[in-house]
Amino acid sequence: MVPISWYLIFAALLFSMGLFGVLSRRNAVAILLGIELMLNAVNINLAAFWRYGDVAQMAGQVFAIIVFAVAAAEVAVGLALVISVYRRRNTVVADEIDMMKW
Amino acid sequence: MTGEQIIFLLVALFTLGSGFMVVTTGNLVHAALWLVSTLFGVAVTYALLNATFLAVVQVVVYIGAIAILFIFAVMLTRKDMRDQGPQMNRNWWVGALLAALTFVGLFFLLQGWSGLSTTAADIPIGFDSISELGNALVSPDAYVLPFEVASVLLVAALVGAVYVAFNRK
Repeated sequence: MVPISWYLIFAALLFSMGLFGVLSRRNAVAILLGIELMLNAVNINLAAFWRYGDVAQMAGQVFAIIVFAVAAAEVAVGLALVISVYRRRNTVVADEIDMMKW
Repeated sequence: MTGEQIIFLLVALFTLGSGFMVVTTGNLVHAALWLVSTLFGVAVTYALLNATFLAVVQVVVYIGAIAILFIFAVMLTRKDMRDQGPQMNRNWWVGALLAALTFVGLFFLLQGWSGLSTTAADIPIGFDSISELGNALVSPDAYVLPFEVASVLLVAALVGAVYVAFNRK
């Protein structure tokens, strides 16, 4: 059997990769791609804790489903914002989207 | 090393490799396609964890909807960024350092946990995780309230997305 630590380290690696993408990409769509990786890492942890704990307690899977819903909402709003900004400023580079900069 | 461990390692390597391509590749359409392959690897991970419903939802919602939305967004906002200099910002090494530190921190946090080498107990005979999950989602003494709040959030977000992206002319 696979010990739980393998899943947790796998998820931690995926999360760190997503964090790297969020912090270092210039394109706003690529930043959202990094956020997706982080959300997936969280979901792997939730599913692993459900499986390695008491399987009759469904909290892990329920939270994972709620994370799915939040991810869908986040992507819809995020990409709508990117498209709207692109229409006005003709750029998707995060550094150049500085209308709210004081 | 058992067969299950070998399968897990192959799936994890595939997923992490695709994830690395998502955050480093220059062409965003390729990054979105690598995301599809990462998400598929995660779906296989769910299947390995016996979370069959999550695996199916991962394929339908993430690959079928979210990844396609990404590809649409990339194509709608394309100005061929490859010609406009680097994909990474100037401080990308700070991001890399922070990501590595996060991983090291999580790793050391895990080292101190006593349940680290737990292996999964066998699923009881006759235990149907999908019907248990369905009951938990609609039962008033379980998770019906978070479930409904998530639905309201989704509706609000979709209406908001349509409003934000609407072209007023």
